[in-house]
Amino acid sequence: MATLKVPITAQDHAQGPESAEVTLVEYGDYECPHCGRAYPIVQQVQEHFGKRLRLVFRNFPLSEMHPHAEAAAEVAEFAGAQGKFWEMHDRLFENQAHLGEALFLDLGEKLKLSTTALRQALEQGAFEARVRADFKGGVRSGVNGTPTFFINGHRHDGSFDFETLVSAIHQAMGTAKSA
Amino acid sequence: MAQSNASNVTPIHGGGILAAGTVAPNFTLHVTPDQTLTLSDLLGRPVILAFYPADWSPVCGDQMALYNEILPEFRKFGAELLGVSVDGAWCHGAFAETRHLHFPLLADFEPKGAVARQYGAYRATDGFCERALFVIDKNGIIAWSYCSPVAVNPGADGILQALEDLPK
Repeated sequence: MATLKVPITAQDHAQGPESAEVTLVEYGDYECPHCGRAYPIVQQVQEHFGKRLRLVFRNFPLSEMHPHAEAAAEVAEFAGAQGKFWEMHDRLFENQAHLGEALFLDLGEKLKLSTTALRQALEQGAFEARVRADFKGGVRSGVNGTPTFFINGHRHDGSFDFETLVSAIHQAMGTAKSA
Repeated sequence: MAQSNASNVTPIHGGGILAAGTVAPNFTLHVTPDQTLTLSDLLGRPVILAFYPADWSPVCGDQMALYNEILPEFRKFGAELLGVSVDGAWCHGAFAETRHLHFPLLADFEPKGAVARQYGAYRATDGFCERALFVIDKNGIIAWSYCSPVAVNPGADGILQALEDLPK
């Protein structure tokens, strides 16, 4: 079974305590419809487990297939550099059908980020290396499409509907306890 | 079979495919309706041979689309990526165009699956290729091979590890 090769660090975008029993890592693409479908499910899973679960999101834009995926990932990273990663992450998924520069600037404005700086960051590819590093690490870990989830470092090969994810996380909690 | 430490490269039912150390059988297949590619023309650099069941699988980020995104990483090793299925050259052409694929898809079309059979990568009962991966070294010897269950996209970690493990 494929395992996560890049350890979670302070550079990662995480929600939930570091001490959580289970860490769920998602490799995702803001333009991928499956990731869009997974987005509310992951939120439900987070609600279900509360502080027992930590969520980490890493970029895996399939940019040959999804023309706005790379820019969207860079927009989220731009927001992240100013402490607003999750706000942007959520809004990008919630507006998945309208990804593009107009939306990016609009969201930047809504989150009170400098749109001049945002535009500049996109033009200069300021966050390209960061997104690429996530992608490469994902490839090395066996990410085989989007979204790919890792539960406590093990790739989740099952489907990502609520019940399946919850049960896989419960199983990991059992393993964590007995370990 | 050469094994990397990557955890998803354990062969599950890979008994049938050609193993590491075997000379890669040479072949000539159509890339487009009027162009062919011969494996031995690529001697001198590593080749990734990716057999897959069929064009047009209905998922986003399918195996070929994923490899297309990872192409720059493969090219860092000077490796050539070749996709192989039993689909015809016209079908491959349409598929590659839609998915913006930047590597050749070979048509193992007539006689159907002949090359896949040579590599032990043909599912005779289904009439299509296994999801079988081969990394062939610059001398034409199979350095690593892996057969994934047909329903599981094997990703690329095994390929990258195998490329990295090639003698410099």
